[in-house]
Amino acid sequence: MQATALIEINKLNLFYGAFQALKHVSLEIPQRAITAFIGPSGCGKSTLLRTLNRMNDMIPGARVEGSIEIGGTDIYAGDVHVETLRKKVGMVFQQPNPFPKSIYDNVAYGPRLHGITKKRELDEIVENSLRSAALWNEVKDHLKRSALSLSGGQQQRLCIARALAVGPDVLLMDEATSALDPISTIKIEELAQELKDRYTIVMVTHNMHQAARVSHQTVFFLNGEVVEYSATEKLFSDPSDQRTEDYISGRFG
Amino acid sequence: MSDSSDKGSPLTPAPGSGSGARSSPVTARGRNAFARTTGAAARNDRLFNVFVWAVGIIVILFILGLLFMLLRKGLPQLSWDFLVGLPSEIEEGGGIGPALFNSFYILFLSLAISIPLGMAAGIYLAEFAPDNRFIGFIRICVEGLSSVPSIIFGLFGISLFVDIFHLDLTILGGAVSLAFLNLPMLTRVTEESLRSVPTELKSASFALGSTHLQTIRTVLIPVAMNGIVTGICLTAGRAFGESAVIILTAGVTTSGELWDFNLLSPGETLAVHLWYVQSEAIVPDAGDIAQKATAVLIMIVLAINLVFRLPLWMKARKLKG
Ligand SMILES: Nc1ncnc2c1ncn2[C@@H]1O[C@H](COP(=O)(O)OP(=O)(O)OP(=O)(O)O)[C@@H](O)[C@H]1O
Ligand SMILES: [Mg+2]
Repeated sequence: MQATALIEINKLNLFYGAFQALKHVSLEIPQRAITAFIGPSGCGKSTLLRTLNRMNDMIPGARVEGSIEIGGTDIYAGDVHVETLRKKVGMVFQQPNPFPKSIYDNVAYGPRLHGITKKRELDEIVENSLRSAALWNEVKDHLKRSALSLSGGQQQRLCIARALAVGPDVLLMDEATSALDPISTIKIEELAQELKDRYTIVMVTHNMHQAARVSHQTVFFLNGEVVEYSATEKLFSDPSDQRTEDYISGRFG
Repeated sequence: MSDSSDKGSPLTPAPGSGSGARSSPVTARGRNAFARTTGAAARNDRLFNVFVWAVGIIVILFILGLLFMLLRKGLPQLSWDFLVGLPSEIEEGGGIGPALFNSFYILFLSLAISIPLGMAAGIYLAEFAPDNRFIGFIRICVEGLSSVPSIIFGLFGISLFVDIFHLDLTILGGAVSLAFLNLPMLTRVTEESLRSVPTELKSASFALGSTHLQTIRTVLIPVAMNGIVTGICLTAGRAFGESAVIILTAGVTTSGELWDFNLLSPGETLAVHLWYVQSEAIVPDAGDIAQKATAVLIMIVLAINLVFRLPLWMKARKLKG
């Protein structure tokens, strides 16, 4: 990997009660590039993604062992402020989940939480974020309209804009296109391509073509373990593990 | 599913199935493959439609009729003098001024106590309470209390204010007892409304780096507001018309002055006054007063609903724009 690693996951175990969902996961995620997580349903992709912004903290009974360093800081260390971490590690969910507020208020939600109140400043952040999410031209004339009046694809781009508005370094996308039509999906993939120059993107996908199309590095999971991770081209053309080959050639999963 | 409900034609007949013979494939010429089905399912559907409409119309007519009967005599006779006038014990022409004032005053005080407490308790139960037996027990208690007859709260009010604090029947006692009556309902409504907010919205807020408190304040409460306001309206309407608690804790008399803010004055309310003129009063126009007071009571309860809902409607309209 020529890019430097931003995120280093080291011997990570995660338990939901007695059930071990992640087993000895060790992984490096390069900076300003797209990393894709693939694997059959239930293998722990979402779980690992949620450990990166500590959204698992809220699941009762979830317990983590091992370490995750982002930019050299262990995010599970005692002095880490979860809210600040989540500001730096944004997340986009599988189902578009805009707040039932106006388009403007959705994007301004994060900045307002973090103390920005000046209208000029907010206006600027909202415009920039919507531009980055390739939504500005479609909504600039009705920012006061309810976000729920947008189409599913637009809502998902709005959610991306909302995540970008707090100024993250990392963007986590959990099957962010699986609820969308092919055209919206392509749009979001193109968007991811543009964003990767400024952000470190980790995306979970069930669509192997998507992983092959957009990512630089692909991680293949099976039953909570990392089977293989390497440059996307290599993983898809010349996998080193038989199970990876079986999975990408559609023999199971 | 019985056999008879199977008569509606599927788009394409299942190969080899007996019932397939009765329906035609979509491609059959000269026939509308999507014609209205005539089976039992379609008939039931229409019957049910008619039934729902009929019941709906009957209920609405009944409510309108009831409103008309209640308002018919009283509403046209209402006058400003009646609304702000002092009541009279013997002659006719007495007003309801002090009772009306007390109604609003006590309602305001009781809501000022019970809305913050009830909402706080509801927020605690929905968001912070651990999931254990003790909290489950508390929840059952709250549920039970919200259906306890109001007179029980009146008796509790007496023993608290009269027996323990040695106060008379006062506005303060009435307002606090009424607040106790409102509390369980407000707590429940708040908890249920907060629980019905989709978890995706909560996750979205947390993922943007908000604290639990910020999420409650900026996402959960605004989204749950519709349900909470409905609960507040119901509670306020019931509290405004409540008589048992007020009779026992605030009494059936007023101080006789119109703008009496003294918390220790006796606090007869409009609903109590209504009961009083109907059952105890000796004024010759008691029937009239009751009619008019009824009209006032109903109009105010309707107005309370309007006032609480107006902001929500305006917000919804603004978002549509
Ligand atoms: N909140 C939870 N409590 C208990 N077990 C959970 C929880 N969330 C996930 N799991 C379990 O952890 C395992 C991994 O789940 P996860 O959601 O990470 O899978 P996934 O790879 O994202 O699957 P999918 O592709 O279907 O989204 C599964 O076996 C699942 O049942
Ligand atoms: Mg998942």
